[in-house]
Amino acid sequence: MPIAEADVTWVEETKLDLWEQLYIPALIDGLKTTIGHMFQRKVTEQYPEQEPKMPANYRGVHRLNRDEAGRVRCVACYMCATACPAHCIDIVAAPAPLEWQKDGREKYPETFVIDELRCIYCGMCEEACPVDAIELTTLYDLTGLSREQMIFDKEKLLSVFDTTTKAGTDPVRTRGGRLGPASEAPK
Amino acid sequence: MPPFDPYITALVIVGLIGGVLGVCGYLTLGERKISAWMQDRVGPNRVGPGGLLQPLADGGKFFLKEEVIPDHVDTWFYLLAPAVAVGTALMALAIVPFGATTPAPNPVPVTADVPGQHPPVVTFERQQTEYREKFNFVLAPGLDIGVLYIFALGSLAVYGVILAGWSANNKYSLLGALRSSAQIISYEIPLGLSVLGVFLIVGSLNPEKIIAWQLTNGWFVLFMPLALLLFMASTYAESSRLPFDLPEAEQELVGGYHTEYSSLKLGLMLLTEYVHLVTASFMVAVLFLGGWSLFGLESFIESPVLGAIVKLLVLTGKMVALCIFAQLVRWTIPRFRFDQLMNLAWKVMIPLALLNFVAVMFVKQFGFYLIVLTGVNVLLFFGAGLLGARTAGTITNPKRKVAKLPPGLPTGVTYAGR
Repeated sequence: MPIAEADVTWVEETKLDLWEQLYIPALIDGLKTTIGHMFQRKVTEQYPEQEPKMPANYRGVHRLNRDEAGRVRCVACYMCATACPAHCIDIVAAPAPLEWQKDGREKYPETFVIDELRCIYCGMCEEACPVDAIELTTLYDLTGLSREQMIFDKEKLLSVFDTTTKAGTDPVRTRGGRLGPASEAPK
Repeated sequence: MPPFDPYITALVIVGLIGGVLGVCGYLTLGERKISAWMQDRVGPNRVGPGGLLQPLADGGKFFLKEEVIPDHVDTWFYLLAPAVAVGTALMALAIVPFGATTPAPNPVPVTADVPGQHPPVVTFERQQTEYREKFNFVLAPGLDIGVLYIFALGSLAVYGVILAGWSANNKYSLLGALRSSAQIISYEIPLGLSVLGVFLIVGSLNPEKIIAWQLTNGWFVLFMPLALLLFMASTYAESSRLPFDLPEAEQELVGGYHTEYSSLKLGLMLLTEYVHLVTASFMVAVLFLGGWSLFGLESFIESPVLGAIVKLLVLTGKMVALCIFAQLVRWTIPRFRFDQLMNLAWKVMIPLALLNFVAVMFVKQFGFYLIVLTGVNVLLFFGAGLLGARTAGTITNPKRKVAKLPPGLPTGVTYAGR
């Protein structure tokens, strides 16, 4: 649709006065600004030596949380795998061991694999999880020498939990250790 | 006749070219550091202490990169262009003083022998032997065409650009080369005109004599500030530096005339601009800022060796300071549009330089004090500004009649109606 004539405002370029027309005062003005900046504090972060502090809600490498007993908190409900837009989560569920079932756990993930190369770090798995078992940490420097190395299995994801909680960078954000409604046994 | 010793000359050539290339290398580092500091960054600091070895790394990179010569180029001229560019830039250094200089003695008028005085021939011989004992920090001392030689080589520098742009068989390169040649040819006129006054007052084109004149009479910047301004602006344009760097407008021309060059040839092309900047800074220091003199302070040093070192340092210091100033300017003001660039050269700088030249002629003819020139220069500067402010229109409201109105003007809106 063409723009209506009434909507067009015609603006005239302002005329330069003598001071601006001389050009040199303007140049000196500009030099004052730039030279002033030369002696200001620098904002550069010297990255490898000086590591940035990520905000707590930064979405980095995943981890699988443990409960108080040190078991994997995941109940293998497949909610994260379903929510994942990149289809990078692969879970094989199995019946939970007998002593776990006393706490009302029916299933647990036999394998829990995340392809970190496929992941887009959107955090939807964390939102979908009913038991707060999967969380994204503030680890940002994720590298590997091969594609296979970047496929994280359950042990790797649990070790991420161990290292991040030990380092204190990512405190557990779960709700007081209680399991969510999806973990309750059917009546 | 100035003395000529091939060995000493060869040593001076090696020293001067090496020194200038080293300065050019560190100018690239300085450019990056200054731009970084102005943007509150740190700049390159990984290679060597504080990034001081960065130029070496950059040079090594240019050596080691793959050299691509595209199939579509005109190989002969493509290979010739960097050589012409660098060759002309380095050749201009031949007459540039970089330290203490002594001008060749003037000819002695031949008169009948006066009793009690030496005959002219003896005087002449004595002056000549005295002159030969002094070492001149110039490659080609006593060259009377002097600055003219630099201007001649400056014009030749266009060939490097034109050859590069033409032989590349690439639209962008050709456009960049055309722009560059138009710019360099235009700015050569104010470049030459602005310093004509200096030559007229000194009576010589020889840079050593110009320095010697300034030692006794005061720096030329005091008498011709406007000429200094015009000369500096022209040298920025000649060495294609911002705000006149249209030949290499990345936004619209990719790389400009050196788009198709890679590896060391690109390095040479980039180096050329820095060599031009160094030469131009030396010339500004020599022509307007008193060469190696520092308010007479340098003459207090008794030892000839130490004195020569101090004078060398003073002149190179002035050169480096001017280069740094050029870099500060580069990162401060935005680029000109091409029509603004041409208007500045033809409508502002050339008339001003001409008027300045006429003023010098009047002062010289009627024997006024030179300080009159300072006043005339200031008057010309403000007069030009006033004239510009009074007469210049704007893009939307031009003073001249517009032959073709922009399309899509609604009825009732008159472009430049008022």
